[in-house]
Amino acid sequence: MKIPTLSVKHMSAVLLATVLAACAQPPAPTAAPAKPAEPAKPAEAAKPAAGNVEVELLFPVAVGGPIAKIMDDYMARFNKANPGITAKATFAGGYADVLTKIQTTVQGGGKPAPVAVLLSTDLQSLLDADLLEPLDGYLAKAGDAYVNDFFPAFMLNSKDKNGKVWGVPFQRSTPVMYYNKAHFKEVELDPEKPPKNWAELLDASKKLTKPNGDRWGLQVPSDGFPYWLFQAGPISLGKNVVGAEPNKVFFNTPESLEALDFFVSLSQKDKVHPTGVIPWATTPDAFLAGKASMIYHTTGSLTNILSKATNPADVGVAFIPGKSGFGVPTGGGNLYIFKAAPQEQKDAAWKLMQFLSSPELAAEWSRDTGYIASRKSAYDTEVMKKLVAEKPQYGVARDQLQYAQKELTSHQGAQIQQIYGNAIQAAVEGKKDSKTALADAQTAADKVLSQFK
Amino acid sequence: MSSKLRAILLGVALLLPSLVFLVMFTALPVAQTIINSFYRRNLATRNQPVWDGLGNYVRLFAADSDFWQVLTNTLFAIAIVVPISVILAFLFALLLNQRIRGIGWLRSSIFYPTILPMVSAASIWLLMFNVDFGLVNTFIKLVGGKAQNILGTTDWALWAVSFVIIWKLTGFLMVFYLAGLQGMPTDVMEAARLDGAGAWHTMRYITLPLLRGTTIFVITVAVTNAFQTVDHLYVMTQGGPNNASNLLLFNIYETNFRFQDSGLAYAETVVLLVLLIIFTIANTVVADQRSFDAQ
Repeated sequence: MKIPTLSVKHMSAVLLATVLAACAQPPAPTAAPAKPAEPAKPAEAAKPAAGNVEVELLFPVAVGGPIAKIMDDYMARFNKANPGITAKATFAGGYADVLTKIQTTVQGGGKPAPVAVLLSTDLQSLLDADLLEPLDGYLAKAGDAYVNDFFPAFMLNSKDKNGKVWGVPFQRSTPVMYYNKAHFKEVELDPEKPPKNWAELLDASKKLTKPNGDRWGLQVPSDGFPYWLFQAGPISLGKNVVGAEPNKVFFNTPESLEALDFFVSLSQKDKVHPTGVIPWATTPDAFLAGKASMIYHTTGSLTNILSKATNPADVGVAFIPGKSGFGVPTGGGNLYIFKAAPQEQKDAAWKLMQFLSSPELAAEWSRDTGYIASRKSAYDTEVMKKLVAEKPQYGVARDQLQYAQKELTSHQGAQIQQIYGNAIQAAVEGKKDSKTALADAQTAADKVLSQFK
Repeated sequence: MSSKLRAILLGVALLLPSLVFLVMFTALPVAQTIINSFYRRNLATRNQPVWDGLGNYVRLFAADSDFWQVLTNTLFAIAIVVPISVILAFLFALLLNQRIRGIGWLRSSIFYPTILPMVSAASIWLLMFNVDFGLVNTFIKLVGGKAQNILGTTDWALWAVSFVIIWKLTGFLMVFYLAGLQGMPTDVMEAARLDGAGAWHTMRYITLPLLRGTTIFVITVAVTNAFQTVDHLYVMTQGGPNNASNLLLFNIYETNFRFQDSGLAYAETVVLLVLLIIFTIANTVVADQRSFDAQ
């Protein structure tokens, strides 16, 4: 079972053991191929034989086993292709644990691991804490084509307010809507035409809901980090809750209010959604058990849901419906390099980052976990073509990326996210009306952000 | 050297090891915490301590601060957990002190929540309370009630997390009462019986007074546990919904590690320290008073 930590949204996909067999296949050539028989490249030979550079990658996972093995496999392949570097991947808990580990090491004057996977929304806090190594020099050498190949939506949370890139997309996700095609047929809805807007969503939900809580038309989890799924509403209405400036958020807007009112009415007025705050961790189980016909969850749960479903063909994946258009935030983790690490380790870490973000690896990582492959060219690889052909559900999140916007982040990002989340929870429960809840959240957020000029 | 001086020196020498440890691991950290609570230190100051006087306390006790709710929640949880778990522990101990067939099985089943790690216990209850397929709701429906979203409702969340502490704590406290009951002198009981004292009088005038020391100890353990147990919040509610089940220690953890506002976290820690000191003094005074009365 899963424990709802901060990381679950990004990590729930990771439950899968099925990928191990796939990983045993001979790896596709990835970064600079260096055949063992060939002599070392001149550039490397010219360097003073400083011996072996060790690179430690800290990565977060909600569940251990398979992911650690996949990571070890990636590291082995990297090490084979890069003589002189020994990379190892260290499982370090959830996202928050990895962050804490790096912070405490640096604050204690020690040398942190040179590279780690942290939330893309941690960027501003990492900058405020002055932990990050600028990537400019590396990126200049890699060329524009490297950065431009990443989906633009994933770069929104990877840049600071001046547009400077500080992190490389790795395990990225968006919310999607999962729907039960069998239930759709049962109430004579077209299983190939999922709701595209709020009116259709409400209509379908009413038809799908059964009395006494036996089945809910729609279930949107709202514990832990409710802001994330909810953010889709204001984005679809054309006004995101966050902009380019890290010291401003827009909670108290007509768009935010309209989205919140709609969301609240689903449970309070229309009774097609359970009341109260719904747990993130067990919502996929409710969907799999047929207790909810449609759920919002991360694309990262796709592999998990498909593998547990009695009939995977009945699992529909659709864009999150907006009022009229679409819109979602991105989510998930980026790779960062830490300034306090020794220079040769940082250089080696950059090589590792390039390897992990290569199209082939991005494709494999997507197949193995359910995250969206971070680069466009990954979808041209054989691995990805085969996957999307066999399971079209894997293509939906990529297609939805054109509507994706920045995930809520700012100075004191975690606190600001919580403030917005609390407002949503208060409104969902009817403890505050939507207007008051949002106004209070704006005041609280402004107070926190006023410390940052 | 006079013998008196020698005795004093010997006393000091004997105390020294524990004194060193007490100063190093208790007094100094407490002093450091109090000093740090006067500095603002967060990401806005780029993790550098900046003298702020009572600034952290002003922020903490501002009228619109969530901290008021956290304090109320904490005191509420203690007010529920301590009496219920202590009374239940005593009743279970009385029950298990009987010589009944199968008592060993009953003893271990009451004690087993104590052995479980808190995170496992919390995970079990997370599923038990689940709105869609939790056992608790299945039962409620079975007896004709309406399924409740227990952990997702402001009105219930704090009760639910307090319940888990009680469930976990009672078996542990029971052991002390059981030990107390089994160590009870039988001659006093016999004398009482010969004097014609009934069960109630024996309980009221012999058992309870003899267990007073145990009770004071058990209450202390219960209170510290209620303050300290926060792991289950991380698993079950993360302090939500909307801070409804946020407790002091969990809030300190969040402030420091999630929000990286260590100055504020120090101030919260000082509040926790003050609360614990108030309780300890009150408990000691009451205990002393009672033992004085008894003489």
